[in-house]
Amino acid sequence: MTLASPDTAPPYLDLQGIAKVYASRDGMVRALDHVSISGRRGAFISIVGPSGCGKSTLMMIAAGLMAPSSGRVAVDGQDILAPRTEIGIVFQSPVLLEWRTALGNVMLQAEAKRLDRASAERRARDLLAAVGLAGFEHKYPHELSGGMRQRVSICRALIHDPPQLLMDEPFGALDALTRDQLVLDLQRLCAERRIGVLFITHSVAEAVFLSDQVIVMTPRPGRIDRMIDIDLPRPRTLAMRETPAFAHYSREILDLFLARGVLREH
Amino acid sequence: MSETENLTIAPPIEEVEASVERRRAARAVRERVAAVLAPIVVIVALLALWEAGTRLLAVPLFLLPPPSAIVAAMAKNVALLAAGAWVTTLEIVLGFLLSIAVGIPLALMIFLWPPFSRAVLPLLISTQAMPKVAIAPLFLVWFGFGMVPKVLIAFLIAFFPVVINTAVGLAAIEPEKIHLARSMGFGAIDTFFKIRLPDALPAIFAGLKISITLAVVGAVVGEFVGGDAGLGYLLMVANGSMDTQLLFAGIVWLTILGVALYAMVALAERLVVPHHIIARDHATGGSL
Repeated sequence: MTLASPDTAPPYLDLQGIAKVYASRDGMVRALDHVSISGRRGAFISIVGPSGCGKSTLMMIAAGLMAPSSGRVAVDGQDILAPRTEIGIVFQSPVLLEWRTALGNVMLQAEAKRLDRASAERRARDLLAAVGLAGFEHKYPHELSGGMRQRVSICRALIHDPPQLLMDEPFGALDALTRDQLVLDLQRLCAERRIGVLFITHSVAEAVFLSDQVIVMTPRPGRIDRMIDIDLPRPRTLAMRETPAFAHYSREILDLFLARGVLREH
Repeated sequence: MSETENLTIAPPIEEVEASVERRRAARAVRERVAAVLAPIVVIVALLALWEAGTRLLAVPLFLLPPPSAIVAAMAKNVALLAAGAWVTTLEIVLGFLLSIAVGIPLALMIFLWPPFSRAVLPLLISTQAMPKVAIAPLFLVWFGFGMVPKVLIAFLIAFFPVVINTAVGLAAIEPEKIHLARSMGFGAIDTFFKIRLPDALPAIFAGLKISITLAVVGAVVGEFVGGDAGLGYLLMVANGSMDTQLLFAGIVWLTILGVALYAMVALAERLVVPHHIIARDHATGGSL
């Protein structure tokens, strides 16, 4: 996978020296302290770290939805100064419009992009079917389970064929079985469509399972603790989670958390 | 084997399903009948008690007429009551529409323009602290005895919930929805009409439903203070001539009027925001 792109190619997403400081009533809050990340096109990069390490802030900055206090965001060498509309974005909550059906919610993205309605609707139906929602196109969000709603939100993020998905703890609110299924679905969708992902998570297992590279953050202020390349064959299977190689990566991340006091073994 | 014997003794799942469904359907029917019957039984019982009590205790008519006398008064004065109701309805509806016409743009400005909000909101809240009944005589001086002061009092009482609910509803959207809109490439106008406004509609209608009931109060207060027509005026006249049957007849008409107008706003809500109603019905397991 990494072999396909030569080292000389310019990075796709390039965050250089990102710092973010909030002014709050109790003084300055350092959310991010000089974070630099660069990924090639199509890379699956996960960011793991404790709550409050500025992961979500980092995603907002990578999406162009928030300006960093200092540092530079570039995509294909172009500085990002406005929201990046070419990407797909998935939040922890599905953020569906309650008055639109599943299909209508997916089509919202097509309306924003002014895509051809008929072909976009075909794509939307195909995507919904691909995540197991065939027959649910005309259901409203309140008629769907939490996992189904999050699938709809993933379809909405994919309908315009984005080069990259930004996902902020997308499976955080789901039960373990649904999480496993969505992780597998996401792996397949991204592989088929060659979509890169910037994936924010609390889950070490999820990060190792999905990623080409895992970036471990320190507690606040968020700094990069270590970048770990995950060299496991693809497609990854659930059984792979029990292998020594997988356990080795998980162990490495957990050891970092133990060393930083994020986790404590009494 | 004993296991297969058990299987043959136990009814198949289809049969179990059918019996559960029969029980559910029977319960649903019982509940629906009870929902209709229970309030009717209570009302009839109260009316019977009232009728019997006033007759047995020989309560004078001017103090508390029995329901039968009220019904008789309603029948006798039907033309008078209908004419009054027409005037009052017009005042209520005009006051309510004025509340929307002024309240929603005002809420938009409060939402869109923070300096305006800071300047106007304290003023708006202090007008609400002021008892509107106290202003009614002033309106009489300014606008005379016609319909205008009643419409204005109805408006003055009714517009506040429209403003507050609309402004709060517009501001209450999840920030993620706005992030999403921006990242999808929606402009400010599309974001407002496709996402923010529909998101606020349930809150806006909650305000409108409060507003219509307050508009009824406002119109009647206006007629009390300086009316020459309408149900409120009729109440004053009936009161002055100790015609308590007519007084009760007017109250009945006003109640019916208020309920009917509220129902019309609720119907409009149902047509405009069906998703909200559906979601709420699912949550509570029934409709209004």
